[in-house]
Amino acid sequence: MRALIGVLLGVLAWCGPALAETPADCRVAENQIETSFSLPRVTKALAAKHLDILVMGAGSSMLPGERSASHAYPARLQSALAEKFPGVAVKVTADVKAGRTAAEMVRVLKPALMASKAALLIWQTGTVDAVRSVELDQFNASLEKGIAIAQTSGADAILMNMQYSPRTESMIALGLYNENMRWVALQHEFPLFDRFRIMKLWSDLGTFDLYSATKKLDTAERVHDCIGRLLADLIFETAKPGGKQPPEIR
Amino acid sequence: MNEKPRIATTVPAERDLRLDLFRGIALWLIFLDHIPSNLVSWITIRNYGFSDATEIFVFISGFTAAFVYGKSMQERGFVVSSARILKRAWQIYIAHIFLFAIYLAEIAYVAQSFDNPLYGEEMGILDFLRQPDVTILQALLLKFKPVNMDVLPLYIILLAWFPPMLWLLLRNASLALVASAGLYAAMWWFGWNFPSYPSGYWVFNPYAWQLLFVFGAWCALGGAQRLGRWLNSPIIVGIAIAYLVFCFSIALTWHIPRLGVFVPKLVNEIIYPIDKVNLDVLRIAHFLALAVITVRFVSRDWPGLKSQIFTPAIICGQHSLETFCLGVFLSFAAHFVFTEVSNSVLTQFLVSALGIVIMVATAALLAWYKSIERKGSGPRPPAIQADLAGGEA
Repeated sequence: MRALIGVLLGVLAWCGPALAETPADCRVAENQIETSFSLPRVTKALAAKHLDILVMGAGSSMLPGERSASHAYPARLQSALAEKFPGVAVKVTADVKAGRTAAEMVRVLKPALMASKAALLIWQTGTVDAVRSVELDQFNASLEKGIAIAQTSGADAILMNMQYSPRTESMIALGLYNENMRWVALQHEFPLFDRFRIMKLWSDLGTFDLYSATKKLDTAERVHDCIGRLLADLIFETAKPGGKQPPEIR
Repeated sequence: MNEKPRIATTVPAERDLRLDLFRGIALWLIFLDHIPSNLVSWITIRNYGFSDATEIFVFISGFTAAFVYGKSMQERGFVVSSARILKRAWQIYIAHIFLFAIYLAEIAYVAQSFDNPLYGEEMGILDFLRQPDVTILQALLLKFKPVNMDVLPLYIILLAWFPPMLWLLLRNASLALVASAGLYAAMWWFGWNFPSYPSGYWVFNPYAWQLLFVFGAWCALGGAQRLGRWLNSPIIVGIAIAYLVFCFSIALTWHIPRLGVFVPKLVNEIIYPIDKVNLDVLRIAHFLALAVITVRFVSRDWPGLKSQIFTPAIICGQHSLETFCLGVFLSFAAHFVFTEVSNSVLTQFLVSALGIVIMVATAALLAWYKSIERKGSGPRPPAIQADLAGGEA
């Protein structure tokens, strides 16, 4: 049924006014992007032709090796945004380190936001907390604290959840952490970039083979490229000049 | 003891097949839910409301535990029946450790065979293999519990704690229920839970989930009859249906995020987070609403219960411990098939169906074993068989 829904959404996404520059591969997940909430500070920064973004994340926000700096999704986001907003100086700073829990990132969040002068925080978290089975209340408290810090530092926030990792699915209990991220985002009315659902859809539709055991980086780089593009779509849809569009139900 | 204790509550003599039926179905749903990325799990109730099969399972287990051990406690006394309950807890402990061994084999295999630059972070789950001494010890202490292996430890605690609770239930059922609710409230107030390894707390907080278990036991010991008048009232049924519709609409926004804009902010603020660990009141309410509807439309003497269509589920419900453990193992195996062989839609349907067939066949085999053992042991009047009577917890 989920695949059916996925296929349906994919077909609908094709029929809809799809974004021409996004490769077809990624576009099947376009409708998984939730654009109900606004990003006022980003809208303002775009009007001022200068957008600084901070990506705060853990190991799944990077790729192994030196190509990470240019091929992981923060870098891909920067080039996708530069294409979407010609004339706007877009700068994405990535503060990523493997193995960090939400609480650990909260501790370094304020100075990082200050240093980058970001109008937008993209906060990728959840995996490490689930692996270490951090208490859910504590995880929630960290999420809320981080969001509050972003807001007092003058930045909007987008939360990004875990990767869909079919091989380790029966070993890491992501479910409750995933749900809590969604709920915190809903309650505080900021967008959640549902990376888990998007990658799941890619896997179901055969867009990417996420099962394969390989040391090669090609699939991983394409996945990151797509994530960067879809993130750019999300930012474009929610913050494009002219204000927030009414949410579409397709 | 010269004085025979005053028994305030009577244990019903006849077994309610609905319990076995719905416990059997709950076991199937738990199996389907435990297979990651399984399309078939879209049919399970957790996608359409707040509660899931766990609530059904815990409630019915409480009900049957009271049914079986309550009778035993009335006939043979506190010590003998307590010993039997604790023996059952021990069996479940052994079953849990057996499942843990299978889990270790699976994870060790993945550690050896899987490598992907996309998933460096996720491989952190394998870190515990570096200190097997600590991990295995923590698993024996029920502090380290891999994914989907949280239910059996909960049962061990619920059963270990059941003898005094049952004693109280038999003397003053309502007082016992109040005590259980008091413990639940104290858990929320003081934030009680059991610690886990390497960090955090139990996924099913025993201080919370005991409420559903004791409520099931209370219903078995006459509570259900007392509630009967209320359960048939159209107002209650109406409220239950309205609440189920509400839960369904909220659940819909989980699957179609863009529908979320139609949910008022206030509702989001009130309902979230819907706490599974501590058995949120919203989850209990959802379970109760389901129960009200079920009891309203499936009566105890409904002839359909004897029909052969339901025999497979009933037979699984009557051998719940074995079926549950087998289900956990089969869900590991199914995931293994998905990753190593194929995860096509067809495979997912086939593997899910095959798993249920294996569960039914095994339960039928166990029933057959029990029947020949009873025949073989001569004309001895059969004692109350905990398993046969479904007294498993």
